[in-house]
Amino acid sequence: MNPTPSQTVGPFYGFALPIPRGGDLAPPSDGGGITVHGYVYDGAGEPVPDALLEFWQADLSGSLRGAPGTLRRDPVSGTLLGRHGVDFTGFGRVPTDGDGRWTLRTLPPGTGYISVCVFARGLLHHLYTRIYFGQDAFLDSLPPERRRTLVPVEEREGVYRFDIHLQGEKETVFLDFG
Amino acid sequence: MTSPLTQADIDREIAEVHTARGGAAADHPDRDFAPYRSSVLRHPKQPLVALKDPEAAELTGPVFGVADVSPFDSDLTRQHLGEPLGERITVQGRVLDRDGRPVRGQLVEIWQANASGRYLHQRDDHPAPLDPNFTGVGRCLTDEEGRYTFTTIKPGAYPWRNHVNAWRPAHIHFSVFGTAFTQRLVTQMYFPNDPLFPYDPVLNSVTDERARQRLVCAYDHGLSVPEWTLGYRWDIVLDGPAATWMEEGR
Repeated sequence: MNPTPSQTVGPFYGFALPIPRGGDLAPPSDGGGITVHGYVYDGAGEPVPDALLEFWQADLSGSLRGAPGTLRRDPVSGTLLGRHGVDFTGFGRVPTDGDGRWTLRTLPPGTGYISVCVFARGLLHHLYTRIYFGQDAFLDSLPPERRRTLVPVEEREGVYRFDIHLQGEKETVFLDFG
Repeated sequence: MTSPLTQADIDREIAEVHTARGGAAADHPDRDFAPYRSSVLRHPKQPLVALKDPEAAELTGPVFGVADVSPFDSDLTRQHLGEPLGERITVQGRVLDRDGRPVRGQLVEIWQANASGRYLHQRDDHPAPLDPNFTGVGRCLTDEEGRYTFTTIKPGAYPWRNHVNAWRPAHIHFSVFGTAFTQRLVTQMYFPNDPLFPYDPVLNSVTDERARQRLVCAYDHGLSVPEWTLGYRWDIVLDGPAATWMEEGR
């Protein structure tokens, strides 16, 4: 069967898709947590304030068994509460803010990378990329200037900066899973 | 200073791209579709890098449970104290993978404008009325047959600023999870026989006519509820290598 074509998420997804604390995959009490943050930029180098990022990753042990509990609602008011902060669901969803910035608070992925899916106004079909922590055969297969776009910069202990460039000189490597 | 783009300019550009592609069938739009101006600075110019790894994390995906949705989530007409204005509709369909297998227990999210074509969004400031009894957000999990059902209000067409006199055909946005991160789909469902179809660069970013038709739901009288709603049916087929790499979905 032929697939249903993709269409843009934008521009007014903002009241529908964001989840409260959608980027907080790990409770603060879990030791060894990391913060990953960055900006999304367009081809003119301008920040993209209306992008939506989704993240999917293994837990510390490398397990990819995503747990439910990302979306819970208040049973009285129906207000979206988001995750309860106990289970590691493996799934995160973060809109960029007015400055084009996003933040993820999570645990280091046992597989060595966090998977990223990028949606935005103007993106007719979403894009996949990865944030790599450490050595990897696929990374090594890329030319150095392109490999650099998949590796975050450690700004201070446990805080990583990872910018996504949709276009331009620093264009991020986007992946095709064929 | 360049003069503002007219509908005629956009029509010409759409026709040029469609002709240049020579009717070549493509399931998904190119990320660079110039008549949709927002795509110009936001599409990668380097080719995507192929990654074939049977162990890739992307071949599994998020799991949502029954606690993640409430019954009110799938009926957008019951989320407030009063009745929303507009034509109440039932939208139902199945989520399938490329082999036609149902995608079960996965989250389907929708969002849309109200009957007047206005979104509940600070940046949607065109002068159509907001409806205090309609937010325009719905969620449900697919059942054992991969089926989703929503009760909502038929959205109105609305203006946008891609060019002078740009109007979007009525549509409902869908966000669908498959059984793998690579099956993720965000798309839009359109309504049959909308006169705005030929003028819309977002719909026409899908250059193959048959693929465009897959974005249009069908009126289904059997799905209409007496004295209550008109029924529309729309099935969604998810893409992605997981359709062939994975065991049958959850």
